This record gives sequence, structure tokens and C-alpha cells, in this order.
Amino acid sequence: MNIHEYQARSLLAKFGVPVPAAELVTTPDEAAAAYEKLGTRVAVVKAQVHAGGRGKGGGVKLVKSANEARQVAEAILSKPLVTPQTPSGGVPVRQLLVAAGVDIEKEFYLGMAVDRAGACPVLIASSEGGVEIEQVARTNPQAIVRVRIDPRNGLYDYQARTVAFQLGFQGDAFKQFCTAMKCLTKLFLATDASLAEINPLVLTRDGKVLAIDAKINFDDNALYRQSEIAAMRDEREENPAEVRARKHELSYISLQGDIGCLVNGAGLAMATMDIIKLHGGEPANFLDVGGGATEEAVTEAFRIILSDGNVKGVLVNIFGGIAKCDTIASAIVNAAGEVGFKVPLVVRLEGTNVDKARQILEQAKASIPTMIVADDLTDAARKITAAVAA
Amino acid sequence: MSILVDGQTRLICQGITGSAGAFHTKQCKDYGTQVVGGVTPGKGGQKAVDDLPVFNSCLEAVSKTGADATMIFVPPAFAADAILEAADAGIRIIVAITEGIAVQDMMKVKQTLSLPRYKDTILIGPNCPGIITPGSAGKGCKIGIMPGYIHKAPADAESGKSIGIISRSGTLTYEAVWQAAKCGLGQTTCIGIGGDPVRGMNFIDCLERFNADEQTAGVIMIGEIGGSDEEQAAAWIKTNMKKPVCAFIAGRTAPPGRRMGHAGAIISGGQGGAEAKIEALRAGGCTVADSPATLGATMAAALGVK
Repeated sequence: MNIHEYQARSLLAKFGVPVPAAELVTTPDEAAAAYEKLGTRVAVVKAQVHAGGRGKGGGVKLVKSANEARQVAEAILSKPLVTPQTPSGGVPVRQLLVAAGVDIEKEFYLGMAVDRAGACPVLIASSEGGVEIEQVARTNPQAIVRVRIDPRNGLYDYQARTVAFQLGFQGDAFKQFCTAMKCLTKLFLATDASLAEINPLVLTRDGKVLAIDAKINFDDNALYRQSEIAAMRDEREENPAEVRARKHELSYISLQGDIGCLVNGAGLAMATMDIIKLHGGEPANFLDVGGGATEEAVTEAFRIILSDGNVKGVLVNIFGGIAKCDTIASAIVNAAGEVGFKVPLVVRLEGTNVDKARQILEQAKASIPTMIVADDLTDAARKITAAVAA
Repeated sequence: MSILVDGQTRLICQGITGSAGAFHTKQCKDYGTQVVGGVTPGKGGQKAVDDLPVFNSCLEAVSKTGADATMIFVPPAFAADAILEAADAGIRIIVAITEGIAVQDMMKVKQTLSLPRYKDTILIGPNCPGIITPGSAGKGCKIGIMPGYIHKAPADAESGKSIGIISRSGTLTYEAVWQAAKCGLGQTTCIGIGGDPVRGMNFIDCLERFNADEQTAGVIMIGEIGGSDEEQAAAWIKTNMKKPVCAFIAGRTAPPGRRMGHAGAIISGGQGGAEAKIEALRAGGCTVADSPATLGATMAAALGVK
């Protein structure tokens, strides 16, 4: 799960990482008032959207007067924000953060992530802040320090010292930076975060260590015990079809193509997208109906797929294990009766109760004229790509 | 032969009184697995699934039944505890089927299992279909949720050859088994290692055992986007593997930054993409199938089976 920058900043502050003063606003007038209230000569107006690359899209601007804050806020709020990470039409901006400007001496990167191979969290720090860490990893890998963290005890003092020395901190800033690392580690462990990045973390000209921008993601599997975090979810930032699918425990991701897919199992769902592409088609979505899929959930899955206006054909690929083929077949018949398949529907079923499923489909054939039954995976991919191209 | 489990394996189910636990315990039993009981704290003394004894703890189950394997269907919030309980009771093979365990819980489990006293403990999963050693005439061992009937025991293999299968995905494993069986290839053992970012056995742990197993002629390895386990396996294969390995990587068309169903299937920070894995596997000497539909045929060809 993803949260906004202003939410990440409040979490950092709560766990003891200092952040500059800031105000969350929703109108140009509020932005002007926030500038006055902050009282710094320079302030930063930042669009609050989940997508990254906000600066490149014009969603982050420096302002030097209340009037300028108002104008900039007006401009950002008035149109969708397009960044390298948003859909081409951009995303609406509903909230702005107006943050006090700071006099920066040097920028750093400080982050935490899951080290899969080490089965532990990893703290990542770099003296090259303010740019993407992936870029630093490519151009100047020796500028990055990585430290594996004990998942039970967090960051040890010696580890904090080692990182601070390597990044060249001295004196009081050294102590502040060590504290910031310890606080970030505590936050990561206590909130079941999966990624926590402060970029940049800065040293100001008057010797203060401050977090300027932050991005935090959380482990979806741990939200059941993180009610405070779960309450930060902003569904307006998510694809409506994905929100709808999640409520039915369907794993759905919207893509750009025109062939809708309904599959059981995440690996098979990815492989189905891959084979569509291999045969010259483009998948419209990833959809794993899961093992325990009920007829109702699968019918809802068809509703979601067919509500995507780009979809010109649907491929159903089921290898029945726990999920039973006859359940899927009944859902196809249901969905046909309820929403109707105006587009070609290619069905490939194998595994548990496949004979029963074939019977169900055979009997319903007349009422689903666009249905084509496939023998195997290749046959299915050929038939759906041909049907959509026609 | 087979690896890790066989007809002698004595299985219990943790969470046997739940609906999924009961259903799959029955399926395993019907397949021929020696299921000797189950554990549900507070329900000790009851019977479940065809009169199997239910115990309050793994320790009690082990002492009364001699179980050496367990299959975990405990809900995610309690599953990490269930894994540690099984390990502490001395159970050798722990198969965690549960999907949705918090990654920090798994980190702590892995940290504990790295202690010397657990050096012989093997964890498979979580978020996996389990492990199966197919056997003819009810002699096999199925621990997990895979459909048993699609598998082919080495004794029944038309080609006379059998393979091992290792996979991060459940249904894609079934696909591979199905295709291999249609090509006349038997399976010595099939292992679903699971779709989570932090898990028990990995590709290399399985490859080492298949390499040493005489009956295993080749291995199908199914990876997916996320992490770098496939790259590490490729390097290991290059220097150690004596048998042909056919691979497939799911997620070539997956967009970066999105979690594709499995908690571990995500391309993040430019890492974990399919192309890099495919390239590494090819460099390691594996045959990589471009299509998930040609897994069986690719393996058969590598073994000279027509």
C-alpha cells in the first residue's frame, strides 16, 4: 500500500525524524495563507499524488511570496498532473503541501527496503541525494552504503556509526544523522513498511539534518495489524477497477492492451499475458481469481474486465487445482446472461472437474455465440489474437 | 527415487479442523500419503478427516504419531508461529501453504531457522502449492493443494525418463506437470517453493538434490519477475549442474513497480525484470522456453524424448 508524501512526513515526525514545517492545503487561498504562516522567504508547493516524478511534471514549485503561492497552487490544482509515472492523461491533484524552504548545504539519500536474499530489512544510504537511487547505482555504485538490519533488534549503534562515517558526517550532524537512521529503522519495523525512502535528506547551512521528501510503502499482508496505516489509504489515487476487484478478493491490475484475461494463479496469469504478447496481442489486464474463487467472485471479475472500454476480446485460462473448472464455467454462463459477451470469448479449461465444465459450456453454447473453446494454451492464444485482430 | 518426501513420509496437518485443512488432508490421504494426524490447539482429543487424531500441539503429535512432515493451513496471522512450533517439535519437512504472511514475520522465522539446532529442518513455502512425489497405485506422497491426478510416477512414464520440477508459481507448475506427462515424462518430485519474497527452500536447494538423485534426468525450473533468485540459480547451474535444465520466466509483459498477484512478483528499482533472468539462465546453460505452452516439449527435446 502506498501513502501520500504529507502522510509519510507525519510518520517520520512521529518516529523522531525532523521535517521542515509544512501545511496541507486544497485551495489557492489556503496556499497563500500557508506561505504567510510558515514565514520563510522561500516555500515549496508540492502536488500530493501517489505517482512519482512530480518535479518533472511541474508538480513541485518554489515560491517567494503569498501571491506567487496562490498562483502556483491555482496552476497545479487546475489541471491533471502528467509525470513519467502517470497515465498519459495525468492524474487529478486534490491536495498540495506547502513546505518551509530550507538552506541546503548538502543532499543525501536514506532509505530502507526488504533484502530478499538476506531475509531482512536493508538500510541504504548515499552521499548523492536528490537524484534517483537507481541512477546512482548505475553511475556511481561506490557512493551507496548498504547495511543489513536485524529484523528483531533493529539498527545497532556500530552500524549507524559506520554509515555516518562513510557518508562523511562530523560533529553534531553526525549525531543527528545517526538518530535519523535509528528512527527510520524503528518506523520501518513498527509499521510493517516494505519501502521507506527519504530523498533528499539534507544537512542545512545552519547544521540541521532534515527530511525533505519521503515515500513509504507498506506490506499489504500486514495491514490487518496496522489499522492506523490502513486508514491512510486514499482510494481516489487508485484505479477504480482495481479498488473494486480488491473488495472481491480478486487480484487485478489494469494494463493498456485490448485482450482481457481471466486466469487462476498469479504465475499462470502472468504467463497468459506473456503468451498473448508472444502471439502479437496486447493484454488489457492481469487477473488472478485465486484458488477459492466462488461463482459470484468470478462473475464480478467478468463485469470488471468487460467494463474496460478497450477490451476487444476475453481469454479465460484456468488450470483447475483448488479452483474447479465447473465453477468457472458456471460463472461464464452467469456473466453471459447478465452482462453478455459482445466480444469474442476464448475459453481454455484444464484440470479439476474439466469434463463437467465442458458439459456446462456445451449446453450454454447457443446463448453465448461469441464463445470459442480452445484445446490448449497455444491454441487459446492463437484464437484470441486472431479473433481480436479480425 | 525422489527427493525430500516419499511413501514413508508421515504427515500431519496444522489447521486440520479448518475447511481448507480438512479438505486437502482428505485429498492427500486419498492420493496415498501417510497422513497420521493433525494439530489444532484446543481441539486435542477430537477426530477429524476419516478418524484422524487431532492434537493440541506439534510436540504431542510427533510423540504420539512419529510424524516427520507437516502441512500448514493456519491463517496468515498465526502461520509464522505454526512454522516455528513445527520446527521446535523436530519436524523435518515443513510445508507452509498459507498465503498472506507478513514479510517481517517470515524474516523472523528465517532468522530462527538459521540457528544450529534447526540445521536439518526444511521449510517449503509459504504461499506455495506444496510438494509431491508421484507414485503409482496409491504409493505416492502428496503434501499440498496440487491436483494429484495430473502427475505421472516414474514407473508409468512412457519415455522411461523422469524429471524434477521447481516453481515459484502454483498453477504454472500444474501446467508444466501436465505438459511433461503428455510428453511421456514422469516426475520424480515437484516442489512449489512459493510466491513470497522471503521463503524457505530456494531454487538452488532443490537443484542440488535433483542433481544428486539418480532417477531425475532433467529439471524444469519456473521462475518469475522479482528478486534475483533465478540469477543466483543460473550461476550455480553453470558450475554444478550435470543434467539439462529447462526454464520459463513468467512476467515478461509485467509493468515495473506493480505487484503481480504474488507478494514477491514485482520489478522494483530496475531490479527483478524477466529479460535479465532469461539472459542469466541462458548464460548458465539452461534452455529457456519462450512460451509457457512449450515447457514439456522443450524438456522432452533436451532429453532426446520424441
